[in-house]
Amino acid sequence: MGKTLKYYFKRWPVILAIFALLLGQALCDLALPDYMSQIVAEGVLTQNINRIWYYGGIMLAYASGVTACSVAVGYLAAWLGSGIARDIRRDVFAKVTDFSGAEFDKLSVSTLITRSTNDVTQVQMFFIMFTRLALYSPIMAVGGILKAIDKSQGMNNLVWIIMIGVGTLLLSIIVLLLIVQPKFIKLQKLTDKVNLLAREGLNGMMVIRAFNTQEHEEKRFDGANGELTATSLFVNRVMSALFPIINFVMYGVMISVVWITAANSADVNGVANMMAFIQYAMQIIMSFMMITMVFILLPRAAVSGKRLGEVLSTEISIKDAPNARDFGRAKGVIEFKNVNFKYSGGDDYVLKNISFTANPGETTAFIGSTGSGKTSLISLIPRLYDATEGEVTLDGVNVKDISLESLRRNVAFVPQKNVLFSGTIESNIKYSDESLPDEDMYHAAEVAQSTDFIESKEEKFYSEIAQGGTNVSGGQKQRLAIARALIKKSPVCVFDDSFSALDFKTDAALRSALKDDAKDSALLIVAQRVGTIMNADKIIVLDDGEIVGMGKHKELLENCPVYRDIAKSQLSEEELSL
Amino acid sequence: MSEEKKINVPPKGPRRGPGGPHGPVVGEKPKNFKLAIKKLVKYLKVSLVPIIVALCFAVAGVAITLNVPNIIGDAMNELFAGALAGSVNMDKIVSLLIKVIILIVISAFLSYVQGFILAGVAQKISYRLRRDIYAKINKLPLKFYDSTSNGEVLSYLTNDVDMVSTTLNQSLSQLVTSIVTLVGVLVMMIRISWAMTGIAVLMVPVSLGLIMLVVKHSQKHFMRQQRYLGEVNGHIEEMYAGHNVVSLYNGQKKSKETFFGLNDKLYRSAKRSQFLSGLMMPVMQLIGNVGYVFVCVLGGLFTIKGSISPGSIQAFVSYLRQFNQPIQQSANIVNTLQSTAAAAERVFGFLEAPDEIETGDNKAQNVEGNVEFKNVKFGYNPDNIIINDFSSTVSAGSRVAIVGPTGAGKTTMVKLLMRFYDINGGQITLDGIDTASFSRAGLREEFGMVLQDTWLFNGTIMENIRYGKLGASDEEVVAAAKVACADRFIRTLPGGYNFVLNEEADNISQGQKQLLTIARAVLNDPKVLILDEATSSVDTRTEILIQKAMDRLMQGRTSFIIAHRLSTIKDADKILVMRDGDIVEQGNHAELMEQGGFYAGLYNSQFQ
Repeated sequence: MGKTLKYYFKRWPVILAIFALLLGQALCDLALPDYMSQIVAEGVLTQNINRIWYYGGIMLAYASGVTACSVAVGYLAAWLGSGIARDIRRDVFAKVTDFSGAEFDKLSVSTLITRSTNDVTQVQMFFIMFTRLALYSPIMAVGGILKAIDKSQGMNNLVWIIMIGVGTLLLSIIVLLLIVQPKFIKLQKLTDKVNLLAREGLNGMMVIRAFNTQEHEEKRFDGANGELTATSLFVNRVMSALFPIINFVMYGVMISVVWITAANSADVNGVANMMAFIQYAMQIIMSFMMITMVFILLPRAAVSGKRLGEVLSTEISIKDAPNARDFGRAKGVIEFKNVNFKYSGGDDYVLKNISFTANPGETTAFIGSTGSGKTSLISLIPRLYDATEGEVTLDGVNVKDISLESLRRNVAFVPQKNVLFSGTIESNIKYSDESLPDEDMYHAAEVAQSTDFIESKEEKFYSEIAQGGTNVSGGQKQRLAIARALIKKSPVCVFDDSFSALDFKTDAALRSALKDDAKDSALLIVAQRVGTIMNADKIIVLDDGEIVGMGKHKELLENCPVYRDIAKSQLSEEELSL
Repeated sequence: MSEEKKINVPPKGPRRGPGGPHGPVVGEKPKNFKLAIKKLVKYLKVSLVPIIVALCFAVAGVAITLNVPNIIGDAMNELFAGALAGSVNMDKIVSLLIKVIILIVISAFLSYVQGFILAGVAQKISYRLRRDIYAKINKLPLKFYDSTSNGEVLSYLTNDVDMVSTTLNQSLSQLVTSIVTLVGVLVMMIRISWAMTGIAVLMVPVSLGLIMLVVKHSQKHFMRQQRYLGEVNGHIEEMYAGHNVVSLYNGQKKSKETFFGLNDKLYRSAKRSQFLSGLMMPVMQLIGNVGYVFVCVLGGLFTIKGSISPGSIQAFVSYLRQFNQPIQQSANIVNTLQSTAAAAERVFGFLEAPDEIETGDNKAQNVEGNVEFKNVKFGYNPDNIIINDFSSTVSAGSRVAIVGPTGAGKTTMVKLLMRFYDINGGQITLDGIDTASFSRAGLREEFGMVLQDTWLFNGTIMENIRYGKLGASDEEVVAAAKVACADRFIRTLPGGYNFVLNEEADNISQGQKQLLTIARAVLNDPKVLILDEATSSVDTRTEILIQKAMDRLMQGRTSFIIAHRLSTIKDADKILVMRDGDIVEQGNHAELMEQGGFYAGLYNSQFQ
């Protein structure tokens, strides 16, 4: 559970209050059988009706006491549980929001989502369970044992019977779990396997139909399905022994108690006490069952707790230096000086010895095959990652010495994966600053070639955008993401393969509009298509993390074999000689 | 602990939330409870005998257990009598207790057998449902998936099947035993004392009233809690997925503020909802205890009058506990049944969706590969026809390039040729025969596909290539790999052809994956090919291999290429130019350039 325990024990006054209330509840609860036996012994057997009414009244009072305590516990537990969940969720979210790319790489988006949602719920449920059961059951068990000893009137055999009952029960549960445990792990794997196959079937629907391999797929699925069925059948059949065993033990104890009392030829009081004793015996056994339940639930919650602890104790690798400088508006000169870079945990350098300068008013383009390091390179500019060796500078100042806020204000960056947020077109374009005037938004949309499709929508700039931008096409999403960057009017603009979903025509129109609009900014463009970048002021060719060519299109065609290969595969001979 | 690798698309519409703590007091309701249960019962028909046997065992088990408190009560009476008389009739007590032991052994046995049988039934049903759902996936027309996401189908296969199976395994016997217990206990109690039973029965409407009151109040807050939980989780997903953008645009502060607001709302509603739904237990406890007190008092009074024995009080108290239990659980049971019906409704809704219809059973023979489109009309939605009137002849062995801006619907042509979707008017013919007169499987045998989305599965390279022709020998697979220029890289992998692709198939490169799908198509040896050229460039060396492999593959086959490379487009015998879903121009490069239309515009813009 690690760090999450802190959230629990921080609220110790509440826990203490709950404990006190539970104690009260247990005392009241335990008193009831006692008075029942009093009714029998003092009222019934001595024919005293007044005593019966008297003890009946006391019992009612205790019963109300149980309820009052239990309601109060319920209130405090709800307060405690939801409070813990709120605090953990808040801290985890705040922490993850400040994560940098490296931390996301290490933990991955999908597990971070599970951690912030399901794991928090798991831990919360466990704490509530723990408070209500794990605190209450021992009280009941101890109280029950004390009361039972009191009622046994020296018949130690009776107390032993309870011990044997509890022992048998716990042993059976442990044996059952030991049999089932390895299968549980297998069950999880098989469930994953069935899900995987189903997902494969759904994703590969067209391929399966094209090859007419439906039957083959069904057979494959059937194998996993059958195995899953057999395993869970085994688990269920073993576990269905649990309830008969519990029942058997409970009645076994009851019978033994009656038997022993009979054999000891007890007097009237003794028999009345025995009736109470049976009730206590049941309560004790139930308490131990509950305690076992907590232990069964513990491992799962512990895993969740550990995963949350991992998030909370993760060191954030990219943050403001102690004396970070606040930059106003920069001129926009980006320089890489002998930069080497590898991802944390990676063995190989992804970028080796990179040096170049990108000037304001110029277009610097990057090209190379997948995995050549283009995206890694530009990620160093707004400090999504930090250079391992060497330095990246903005206007001559190392980016690590600039405050993150002002650095990112000066760098407009359009990532490869265009994420839009739920809201409206307006809220997305003005994401960097809601207070920007509408004129800026219209202008940015115009340059990003999105005015046409926005205007064609019924609510124009106020049209809804669904989560993840699923209600606009890939090309539209890309253009909105570009508008979102352009509205910042930053001195440095970086586009990571941001024109790929655009057709040639829109691509060209956008680039020419961009040239006019951002003529004082440094433009850095990563592209796959030679056509997109052949007019750039400087083209940098990357291969396997190294710069293998730098210059203009024509120069590179002549002296850079890698560039020539790429160009050849995309353009025909005549175009190459253009 | 394995972690979800992929996030499933959240299903549309109101569904089970990620069940907050303190179980769902409120479940989702089926649209038509009776119909859903009827269908479920019909599906269960094969297992009807074991179910009935199991339920009989359950009933017998309960009936037997019901006698136990009574007999123990008799034993106690004997004890009391003995205590008063000064000597206990041990023989009689022992014989009573032995009777009890026999009864509880039998009932434990019956109860285990019942659990054993029902576990079998439940698992068999899960197996059949999963099998049928999976088979159904392949039978539905592709159109079905336009409106149903993969996440939803996966949820039928996992969550909904689990729901049905758990209900069969546990809740069904619980329901039956509860009813039997209720009736049986009532009979037993009446046999002990009318008046005391009267008190117990009077408690029922009070209990039910209180349960309804609690449910009604907590329902409102529970719904609110689920809604806020949904909003909080939605915000988490959105912000984590877009984390890069949040950082790059300095959106952290705004995102945190939004989250804190939502989180506080969730906290307040969760607190209330949990408190209210947690009220159920103490309230029921109170009723139980009050009943208990009344029974003790009344029992005591009756004993003095001599109308009942002290042992009967003990027996009655035991029965009272058993009587209250099913009533306390009634809210839960009703809820479970409703959720089950809702799950069954979804599953059967899916299983009963209409299959892809066969319009003929022709099987092609000695196909040459002449394809003709005659006045083809098509729309994904019949109200919105996108291909209006397309005619074109493609002779055997020629190459057709399909070009157009992103989103112009280039893959539509693939789907029509393969009859994943049926056309709304006109004809597509293969060697002059209407493709609608073929069986779908028969038609698809003549077509091969190499899509950009390389679909490879968790298995060896050998198995993955063999997928193109399941009966192929190892030699044939290797020969196909050689044609597809894949042999060399496969041999460098550890284990060669036995190298296992992992679940995400990302232990080989994108380019290598494409070579494998080409090898698959080579092995398949179709007459007509559909190729989807990759948009993103892989490393140049592999790129050259892919081009070479594709060229070899296209030799002697009619090929439709969704083309991105200008060289491919210019070498094509025919270019189909698509825009907004429709085919707007056709011809070869020179002809289209001369026309000076949309294609010429596209082409020229490339070099501005």
